[in-house]
Amino acid sequence: MEAAAEPGNLAGVRHIILVLSGKGGVGKSTISTELALALRHAGKKVGILDVDLCGPSIPRMLRAQGRAVHQCDSGWVPVFVDQEQSISLMSVGFLLESPDEAVVWRGPKKNALIKQFVSDVAWGQLDYLVVDTPPGTSDEHMATVEALRPYSPLGALVVTTPQAVSVGDVRRELTFCRKTGLQVVGVVENMSGFVCPHCAECTNVFSRGGGEELARLAGVPFLGSVPLDPELTRSLEEGRDFIRDFPNSPAFPALSSIAQKVLSQAPARLS
Amino acid sequence: MEEVPQGCPGTGSAQAGRGASCQGCPNQRLCASGAGAAPDPAIEEIKEKMKTVKHKILVLSGKGGVGKSTFSAHLAHGLAEDENTQVHQSGSGWSPVFVEDNLGVMSVGFLLSSPDDAVIWRGPKKNGMIKQFLRDVDWGEVDYLIVDTPPGTSDEHLSAVQYLSAAHIDGAVIITTPQEVSLQDVRKEINFCRKVKLPVIGVVENMSVFICPRCKKESQIFPPTTGGAEIMCQDLKIPLLGKVPLDPHIGKSCDKGQSFLTDAPDSPATLAYRSIIQRIQEFCGHHQPKEEHLIGS
Repeated sequence: MEAAAEPGNLAGVRHIILVLSGKGGVGKSTISTELALALRHAGKKVGILDVDLCGPSIPRMLRAQGRAVHQCDSGWVPVFVDQEQSISLMSVGFLLESPDEAVVWRGPKKNALIKQFVSDVAWGQLDYLVVDTPPGTSDEHMATVEALRPYSPLGALVVTTPQAVSVGDVRRELTFCRKTGLQVVGVVENMSGFVCPHCAECTNVFSRGGGEELARLAGVPFLGSVPLDPELTRSLEEGRDFIRDFPNSPAFPALSSIAQKVLSQAPARLS
Repeated sequence: MEEVPQGCPGTGSAQAGRGASCQGCPNQRLCASGAGAAPDPAIEEIKEKMKTVKHKILVLSGKGGVGKSTFSAHLAHGLAEDENTQVHQSGSGWSPVFVEDNLGVMSVGFLLSSPDDAVIWRGPKKNGMIKQFLRDVDWGEVDYLIVDTPPGTSDEHLSAVQYLSAAHIDGAVIITTPQEVSLQDVRKEINFCRKVKLPVIGVVENMSVFICPRCKKESQIFPPTTGGAEIMCQDLKIPLLGKVPLDPHIGKSCDKGQSFLTDAPDSPATLAYRSIIQRIQEFCGHHQPKEEHLIGS
């Protein structure tokens, strides 16, 4: 049994979900952002912690680039991306002098910042904290899991694309989850087919079936397949609310369904 | 390879051996004596080892999933198609795995016993592995060494550049996809290259446009909302080596472990690859004798 969590900046956070993948470019930040938006539309208060220090994508995806981070007595104040203050965000992106500035740090320095992001950001009362990660199973992942352990995360959403090359990497991520005691909420297969807008032919651009097969092999729930949707990509480019603005777009049903499944998860233990 | 303490300040740091987290580390005395600040002897050893390697190219991107490994593999296949590209093995050190007579590969993947094994290592241990790959693999006489990297600007990238610092890297090929979410990470990578004085051979825009196999009409799955790689390259005054369209067969070939260039020789993507490969060869100052294989620029 772990020691009781110290009352701290995560004391008011009810559920924590990590979004992981062994593979780069499968859509972790996309899924993190859309999950946050969908949870917000379900009336929840959501925070996003972006621990991808080399490639922080979330600020742009929520039209929050260039915003300043302020201090309060409990530490950093996360950036609110909307007027209603229903989504807050912390990312290294906010700490850079220019968006082109590269964070060229070795492991120990990355670990230190991640610890600060977990303990020194005044998240306040949140229903969900979604943690977006870079690809892999290294410093950032170990630091994040260790820092969050006292707060009993709900688990991990693991993202893959359908092809074998992706599934091959994501199997290793599932091993990481097993070894670190992180429950897998489920597997999401992203970029599952593209429907040609001209002739409606569906092409499996990145092959097919890998996500479902992976979930089956690993004995974890399969949460759904999200198709390639240029409207979704464009929304993320422009920081638009895809869930609100494009309910008829191909990716919407799958994304909503994934959010519903997350909402229906019974927590492993109450925080 | 020793495990390092979690708060390790780094062997090159002023705090090396002196920090609170250094207590109990087996290397503490070594670091405190200042030996860590001396240049790593491996750098000279790697310089010697690399004397038989004519050209070294790093394939980088700030962004994940843009096609670095796909490009690295096909660059290697494309270069290996020239039978004159030679490799001779002298029989000492780790042997690369040969996938063709003149195409050898070294990867941590070969060292894992199961497809589920995860490499859950912190930076210092990863650095050690990269050092071994560069110092202890017997590449023999090789025309091109292509170094595929993970996304980002961290330990792996710093180590690759540091360990090859005495061995002369020809340059880096940077891969991106057209959308701004990729480009914003790629600009960071280009800044990284400038910081470590790594020449940039050019940028490849991958997944440029999708051509429907049925109606042949084009769609932009990853829209270039800020002008794509073309505008970025103009702004940063870096060559755009080419644009590769999204062809579902590329992924299939990669999954089967085959060269897409031979599987689909007439695909627009293959033509794009060949043109890009030729430009890279020109940059490296090497000319292909068999011109009929390549689309001239």
